[in-house]
Amino acid sequence: MQVSITINGNLVSHDVEPRTLLVHFIREQAELTGTNVGCDSSSCGACTIHVNGEAVKSCTMLAVQADGQEVTTIEGLADGDTLHPMQQAFHECHALQCGYCTPGMVMAAVSLLDEKPDANEAEVREGLEGNLCRCTGYHNIVKAVLQAGGAQ
Amino acid sequence: MSILGNRVLRREDESFLTVGATYTADLVHPLLENAATVTYVRSTMAHATISVDTSEAVTMPGVLAVMVAADLDGPSILPGAVPMFPEPMLNRPILATDTVRFVGECVAVIVSETATQGVDAAEAVFVDYEPLPVVVDMEEALTDEVVVYAEVGTNLAIDFSAIGMATGITDETFFANCDVVTSGRVAHQRTAAAPLEVRSTAAAWDGDKLVFWTSNQGPQGVKGVLGTLYAETATGGVQVIVPDVGGGFGAKIAAYPEDVLLPWLAQKIGRPMRWFETRTENMQAMGPGRAHVHRFTLGGSADGNLTHYRLEVLVDSGAYARLGAFLPMFTLPMTTGVYDIASVETSALSVITNTTPTEAYRGAGRPEATLTIERAVELWSFQAGLDPIDVRRRNFLAADSFPVTTGVGTVYDSGEYERSLDLALEAADYPALREQQAQRRAEGGAKQLGIGVATYVEVTAGPAPGGSEYGKVEITPEGKARIYSGALSHGQSHMTTFSMIAADQLGIDMNDIEFVQGDTDVVTQGVGTFGSRSTQLGGSSIHKASGAIVERARSIAADLLEANVDDVVLDKAAGLFHVAGSPAVSRTWADIAAATDDLSEESKEDLLCSYPFGTHVAVVEVDTETGGVTLLRMITCDDAGRIINPLIVEGQRHGGIAQGVAQALYEEVVYDADGNLQTANFADYGFISAAELPSFELVPLETPTPNNPLGVKGIGESGAIGSTPAVQSAVIDALRPLGITHIDVPLSPEKVWSALAVAQES
Ligand code: FES
Ligand code: FES
Repeated sequence: MQVSITINGNLVSHDVEPRTLLVHFIREQAELTGTNVGCDSSSCGACTIHVNGEAVKSCTMLAVQADGQEVTTIEGLADGDTLHPMQQAFHECHALQCGYCTPGMVMAAVSLLDEKPDANEAEVREGLEGNLCRCTGYHNIVKAVLQAGGAQ
Repeated sequence: MSILGNRVLRREDESFLTVGATYTADLVHPLLENAATVTYVRSTMAHATISVDTSEAVTMPGVLAVMVAADLDGPSILPGAVPMFPEPMLNRPILATDTVRFVGECVAVIVSETATQGVDAAEAVFVDYEPLPVVVDMEEALTDEVVVYAEVGTNLAIDFSAIGMATGITDETFFANCDVVTSGRVAHQRTAAAPLEVRSTAAAWDGDKLVFWTSNQGPQGVKGVLGTLYAETATGGVQVIVPDVGGGFGAKIAAYPEDVLLPWLAQKIGRPMRWFETRTENMQAMGPGRAHVHRFTLGGSADGNLTHYRLEVLVDSGAYARLGAFLPMFTLPMTTGVYDIASVETSALSVITNTTPTEAYRGAGRPEATLTIERAVELWSFQAGLDPIDVRRRNFLAADSFPVTTGVGTVYDSGEYERSLDLALEAADYPALREQQAQRRAEGGAKQLGIGVATYVEVTAGPAPGGSEYGKVEITPEGKARIYSGALSHGQSHMTTFSMIAADQLGIDMNDIEFVQGDTDVVTQGVGTFGSRSTQLGGSSIHKASGAIVERARSIAADLLEANVDDVVLDKAAGLFHVAGSPAVSRTWADIAAATDDLSEESKEDLLCSYPFGTHVAVVEVDTETGGVTLLRMITCDDAGRIINPLIVEGQRHGGIAQGVAQALYEEVVYDADGNLQTANFADYGFISAAELPSFELVPLETPTPNNPLGVKGIGESGAIGSTPAVQSAVIDALRPLGITHIDVPLSPEKVWSALAVAQES
């Protein structure tokens, strides 16, 4: 079936199987591979994107459910060459190592601060519970989110 | 001023942050156009003879081929990395022939146009299982009541005493002169490496040349395996390319059966192949780690002098003998940890079970040695009626004794164990913690405080004597530099660290230094990144090669300047060569490069391994009603020798600490009695999250090693080595007034609760 999604401001239209997951639509049809797949149980958050401005695990949603919606992925977060404050904070705090969790983590963190701009450490930790990272021990991720929060 | 030692932000971050980098599954490459998808059909039984019916699957939409073992007319066996085991255990079938030996073993392979077609077809492959007796538990396996390899006649894969790597065990007279003798059994559960990126591979033929992309920690090792397996067909050579890698933690050192079959499939079908597993497949078939059971006996004098120690190691090799089965090579040399214990005896056995074959996992044998000796010291101190911290102090190898040979003959390079303990305790404000604990105990509430301490030493760039890593530095015509490393950064930030090391020697801005890794056609030699080896070996090679280039450049500059080479200096701040005292007339790196054909130098010198150490202090709150544990604080002093970039080293420590805490409290690979994996995805496996951790309190300490020119030790694994026993001891510390002295990791609420229930009964 035909699915049309505005991804990072560009309309992407494709004929896909009804069972196609949004994450696969983004990776394969839109050819945006920044959004990663890390699990098959909706547990890891590596696939986190924004749908109409809200964080969604894109492996939990069918492409067809996003038909006509606005999607933002990690590729659409920066303003041209200027990193989003969250991207900048991740860089400054060394909040990424292998980077595999990073796109999802950044998207989740942006949404977390949208909802609660003054989130404290405990709230950041709770808020990111659904985004797993194997490399950083979360220490610098939490630091980056708090820093970005302070900056906003 | 040298750039070394500065908190330089990572150079590699941008693509990760803006487009999510390029992992193997993200690759776009002309050779991969029109690639077909590979899907494996996996055994759902732990031990059975099988027959496989593929007749329906081949008719499914989009299916190009379905193959079983009998169809393989190319490589069919993946040989083991360590050739020390009986052959049937060593040689792993790429597709199971007539017998499956663990849940997740590949029984058939599907090639299809798309991934979903592959999944659909896999469901249409019918496997008829004739069940065989199953052995899941390693201690049971040792009894040989159920033997997995009838042709070998025993589950014993290797006895390290028989090959001279363990001393062997004598009798109880060994402890005859000890006033206090404590023994016990310590379990080290099976853990999943669980890198966030699963295994992922692609293969294509460029004429008679095999090009292979894979998510792995050591491209040269993979090239070696493929070169052997495809010796007859890859007459044009093998090129292995490792793009960005989403973590490895030891489990991606090996090439797996699923990887190495792709080139054959590509030949058969005449198309490039891609494989990207699911997390469930990853949990079933990527090598997990730990999986040891230790028995120890520790003896000493009534006043606290430890003199005799016995360690008996049992390792669960899983269904085939891979790297995991050989990891006592790291446990045994570290048997006595930080302690001066003169009389030591050891044994180590690896046994086959019907479980996923084990591989290395962050620490790989050293966390096991550490956790057992730290447990032993705690338990011995309880029995002797002494404070474990006092017993530690009394028995530490003294700071002025290095280099020192331990009771098992290992030569440690440098260390200040007591200092690390002092610093960690000071940072924790230990006396205040004890006061708070006493107060809570006096109040008698459900939530009790526990404080745990562990002091560790480990070996990096091991096993002894050490190793080498390839590095090459070249100067470009523009006067910039390019560095090539045989190590393989997959999160360790080599681009940043290694360009700092080169910049420090060359006087070229680190941002003008290009970093190259992960393509065996371009970096033609090397080993890879594991065992915390890369900065000390790979970084040292970059350091040496850079130094050698400067020497050559000085002599070229001398010619250009018509001066004596001894008078020519490199002004590193300006990146200019001139005669000492006459900076007005100088030559640039570009001038030097223009004056010679090839301005490059290589290094891959053999260097000795090193022994990082430290002390971790954990503070936990234990709910004595529910058994729930909350980690409140984690204070660590980790000494990795000289620090090139504190920002990156701290990051390595954080990651290690989190994994060690996860092992102490949450993570465990669990099978049922029939060998069914109970933790086959992230919903069931206790992967630690941000909500379960505090921020960590890191204490710096730098004791340079004399064993390499940079003075650096490894830091990749230390965090995972000290934290597990510290957290374990902290939980037990909270429960000690109830008479509890030991609970095995992971200290799940169920286990803590059961221990409480038992304690309350007695
Ligand atoms: S891939 Fe979506 S949550 Fe893991
Ligand atoms: S940086 Fe590797 S998983 Fe988060």
